[in-house]
Amino acid sequence: MPDVKMIVNGKKVSGFVECRTLLVEFIRNDLQLTGTHVGCDTSQCGACAIHVDGKLVKACTMLALEANSCEVSTIEGQANEDGSLNFIQQAFKDHHGLQCGFCTPGMVMATADLLKTNSKPTELEIRDHLEGNICRCTGYHNIVKAILAASGQDTSLIAAE
Amino acid sequence: MYNFEFKQPKTISEALTALKSDEAQALAGGQTLIPTMKQRLASPSSIVSLSEIPEMKGICKNDDGSISIGGGTTHADVANNSNIFPGLVTLAENIGDAAVRNRGTIGGSLANNDPAACYPAAALSAGATIVTNAREISADDFFQGMFETALDEGEIILSVRFPVPFLSSYQKFIQPASRFAMVGVFLSNFDNGIRVAVTGASEEGVYRWVEAEGALKDNFSESALNDLLIEPKGIIGDIHASKEYRAHLIKVMTKRAVKSAS
Repeated sequence: MPDVKMIVNGKKVSGFVECRTLLVEFIRNDLQLTGTHVGCDTSQCGACAIHVDGKLVKACTMLALEANSCEVSTIEGQANEDGSLNFIQQAFKDHHGLQCGFCTPGMVMATADLLKTNSKPTELEIRDHLEGNICRCTGYHNIVKAILAASGQDTSLIAAE
Repeated sequence: MYNFEFKQPKTISEALTALKSDEAQALAGGQTLIPTMKQRLASPSSIVSLSEIPEMKGICKNDDGSISIGGGTTHADVANNSNIFPGLVTLAENIGDAAVRNRGTIGGSLANNDPAACYPAAALSAGATIVTNAREISADDFFQGMFETALDEGEIILSVRFPVPFLSSYQKFIQPASRFAMVGVFLSNFDNGIRVAVTGASEEGVYRWVEAEGALKDNFSESALNDLLIEPKGIIGDIHASKEYRAHLIKVMTKRAVKSAS
């Protein structure tokens, strides 16, 4: 089997994979980083969203070998150095941006991607950027609210609590 | 998905050699091919990834004013490039979602020629030229029906050359589950004529609505389209929209394109 090497959350990792191994399978099964979820496995739900070389991708729709020599960030690398929640995670917690939590790793990774290039996104820009992330619990309102809060904006115009 | 051999060449010539093996399949961004392989609707014995070939990426302006986009350029890179004209920016920034746009490529989209994909409408409307390793193919000759193109086995799209229209607009009625076009209309206005391409609607894939082009040439306004009739025959009908509904949408989206470009 071919070998694959990458840097995941700042650490060098390597392993042997089948050519057909998906990046999300390598991350979950080989690296045991199970925070990246598989919701649909058909590229629609975004629960497996991670960053590869700084870009948001769906890890279920990329081969592990395509990420060879890349830098990968997953939800496990998002907390602050002391283990406390980072500002996005804290905002999701504070504003009830999750119920069951299954979609949350993908939501947090998509949010981190958005805020990298747009530090004060509008509600419309937030909803547009989360187009590829499905949540079946919250109805999205509190997720949008959490992201407005994480970017230091007024959340009072978002209706749902 | 079934297993396969995987190659990731760094140059075009290495890729062409790798694609000569039996049942070899080129992999662009993988946003269609990987889901298709998971469903076992495709089972190539060898995959040749084109994503690590620098010569196939990037956007440049040519001396004659046209724009060349490398076949391996992602939708996100097209959407964020200042050389790209307005209709094409709108198109690229509304394909799929943010994560899909970071992987999917223009070459992959055109080579696949999904009947509801967005890029074929832009290429046909703008009269683009598809540049492969072997030849240059005019968009008018490239699209040959649903999922069919003029590409031969092992032939790959190196770049796409777009003449720049002075007015352009892409109007897409999104199928909300797939984010493909239920109907999408790309309008390009050049000094020597108007071209209107329709995706998502025909059983034959992307096509030019020549009656609309003629009507708009005489009178570039929404009302110029009022008297045109679109027969539902040959239009796609499925659980998402009937033939009649899609036929209706073609005119609606074309009117929106005219309004937006005016």
